[in-house]
Amino acid sequence: MRGFGALLGREMRLAIRHPADSLAAVLFFVLVAALFPFGIGPAPEALARLAPGALLAAGLLAALLPLDRLFGADAEDGTLDQLLLSGMGAAVVALAKALAHWLVTGLPLLVATPVAGAMLNLATEAWPAAMAALGLATAFLSLLGTAGAALTLGARRGGVLLPLLVLPLAIPAVIFGAAGIEAAAAGLEARPYLLLLGALVAAALPLAPLAAGAALRVE
Amino acid sequence: MLQAENLACRRGERVVFAGLSFKVEAGAAVLLTGANGAGKSTLLRLLAGLLAPEEGRLLWEGADAFADRAAHAGRLRYLSHADALKPALTARENLGFFARLWGGDAGAALDQLGLGPLAELPARVLSSGQKRRLALARLALAPAAIWLLDEPTVGLDAASVERLGGLLARHRAAGGMVLAATHLPLPLPSARELRL
Repeated sequence: MRGFGALLGREMRLAIRHPADSLAAVLFFVLVAALFPFGIGPAPEALARLAPGALLAAGLLAALLPLDRLFGADAEDGTLDQLLLSGMGAAVVALAKALAHWLVTGLPLLVATPVAGAMLNLATEAWPAAMAALGLATAFLSLLGTAGAALTLGARRGGVLLPLLVLPLAIPAVIFGAAGIEAAAAGLEARPYLLLLGALVAAALPLAPLAAGAALRVE
Repeated sequence: MLQAENLACRRGERVVFAGLSFKVEAGAAVLLTGANGAGKSTLLRLLAGLLAPEEGRLLWEGADAFADRAAHAGRLRYLSHADALKPALTARENLGFFARLWGGDAGAALDQLGLGPLAELPARVLSSGQKRRLALARLALAPAAIWLLDEPTVGLDAASVERLGGLLARHRAAGGMVLAATHLPLPLPSARELRL
C-alpha cells in the first residue's frame, strides 16, 4: 500500500504542476453544455427536458479527454517499466491511476456542474443530484477508461480506439445518471437511481483494475 | 546465483536469440555485447520479467525466478534506455518517489552521483548526462541483488563514470551481481563477456 500512496501522491503533484489538463476538461464540459442552448433554441422547457442527458454526455466526454495519455506518457519515458517492477502489482498500479484520473478530471467537473446546469436550465433543486450522478458516472468512466487505456496502449490510433471501446460500456451510467437527475428535477426521489450507479462503480472497482493490470503485463 | 537455461526470445516473427545459457554468481559482473539489434536490451527486459521467454527457464538460487514475479521484481533494479523521469518534478521529487517505493534516502543518493546542488531543479532543465545520473541515482537508494543496466554510461562525463564505478564496486563487494549491456568500456573489473 506504500507504493499505492507514493504513486497517487506523485500523480497529484504532476497534475498540480500541469493544471492545464484539468482546466481543459472542465472548459470542454462547460462548452459542450453551452452548445445545446444554441442548437435547441432558448425554449426553457425543451432545455430542461434535455438537461439531464446532456449533462451526463458532456461530463463523460470531458472525462474521456485525458484518458489516452493515462499510460502513454509513462510508457514512453520508461516509468511504466519501473512501476511494473515496483512489486506493487499491475492491478494496484491501474487502481492508483484510475483514482488519480478521477481526482484530476472527475472531481473538477463536479465544481463546474452548477455552471453547466444553469446553462441547460436545470432546476436548482436537481443540482445536488446532478453532482452526485456526475461524480459516480465519472468514477465509473475512470475505472472503465483505465482498462481501455491499458488495452489500447501501444496500439496505433489508440486515441480513437479508446472512446469506441469505453463509451458503449458507459451507457448504463448515462441511463441511471440521467434518470436520477430527472427524478430530482421532478421532485421525486433520486436515491434509487444513484444507488444503481453506485452498484456499477462497485462492480467496476475490482474488475477494471484487474483487467487493466492483465493488459499492462501482456505487452 | 542467477542461472539462465536455454533461454529463447521471439519478437513478432523474428527469433532474437535462442539456446542462451549462462550463470551469474554473487559479486560477478557480465557484460552483454553484440551488434545493434542483437537482443541485448531484449535480454535485459526478459531477465527483469517484463517479457516472457519463448522457451527456457530463469533460475534464482535453483528455483524458478518467475514463479513469484513480485519477489523477483523486488530483488532487481532495472535501468533502461529511458530515464523514467518526469520533467515537471524536481530531481529530489523524481528520486523521492522511488525512495518511497524501495526505501533509502534520496538526498544521500543524489550526493553519491554528484547531483546534490541540482536537487531542487526540475528534471526538464537537466542536461541529458545529468538526467542519466539522476536515473543512476536510483541504484544508490536501497540494495538489490541484481542490477540490470542498459547502456548505463551513455552521455556521462569521465567523473560520472568514475562515480558509477565506485557504486558498482560497492554493490559487487556486498555480493550483488551486475548485468550490463554496453558498447562503451564500463568500470567493471574482471567482468565476463557474453556475446549475443
